Amino acid sequence: MEKEKFNIVVFSGDMDKVLAAFILATTAASMGMETSMFFTFWGLNVLRKKKLTSGKNILQKMMNFMNQGGASRLSLSKFNMLGMGPAMMKVLMKQAKVPSIEEFIKTAKGLGVKLIACTTTFSFMGFEKDDFIDGIDSYAGAATFMGMACEGKVSYFI
Amino acid sequence: MRADVSLDCFGLLCPMPIIKTAEKIKLLKTGEVLEVLSNDEGIKTDMPAWCKATGQEFIGVEERGGEYRAYVKKRGE
Repeated sequence: MEKEKFNIVVFSGDMDKVLAAFILATTAASMGMETSMFFTFWGLNVLRKKKLTSGKNILQKMMNFMNQGGASRLSLSKFNMLGMGPAMMKVLMKQAKVPSIEEFIKTAKGLGVKLIACTTTFSFMGFEKDDFIDGIDSYAGAATFMGMACEGKVSYFI
Repeated sequence: MRADVSLDCFGLLCPMPIIKTAEKIKLLKTGEVLEVLSNDEGIKTDMPAWCKATGQEFIGVEERGGEYRAYVKKRGE
């Protein structure tokens, strides 16, 4: 029997939305589904290392300085309040034993979830592979995702 | 209900009991029964759904005072 597939585009870099994406992806993988997460635009922040800035030209450097990367530094889609919202959310998550985004990345990798980074965002933001964490399975474009979507019944976007 | 292996997921919210079940079931032999302890009510419907998707045998969920014991029999890899 061919495996069911689950694909999700992670466009958002908001902690709450990314958490929802990882909950679904890890669950799908644990149910035996072939699971891929396609990170694009702000979603790439999840896979970025914590660095002061990156980029090749001054605009990219300014943008990447304002748009800080790192799975532990994501903001909330609501009540961000200059970082107070995420800080409170992290405490609540810890109290409820909900894994952090960093822990979810490890769990996802352990379950065989494929992490794919979008090459378009990568290029126009001036990133280099060294700006990203280890464990990214591939760097790919929209056609790759649409190809995956055609093969699977379940494809989401957040 | 008698189980061969028990998995304590008390205090863990969805989807952790399911993810831990998926990891644990790999260690069982075919025909063995896994018991998953949880206080997350979602397990009542999540466990049969997981079993259906993975082809494992869902035996049932016992509920006692907000505590759930879900039983799964391993059918194969």
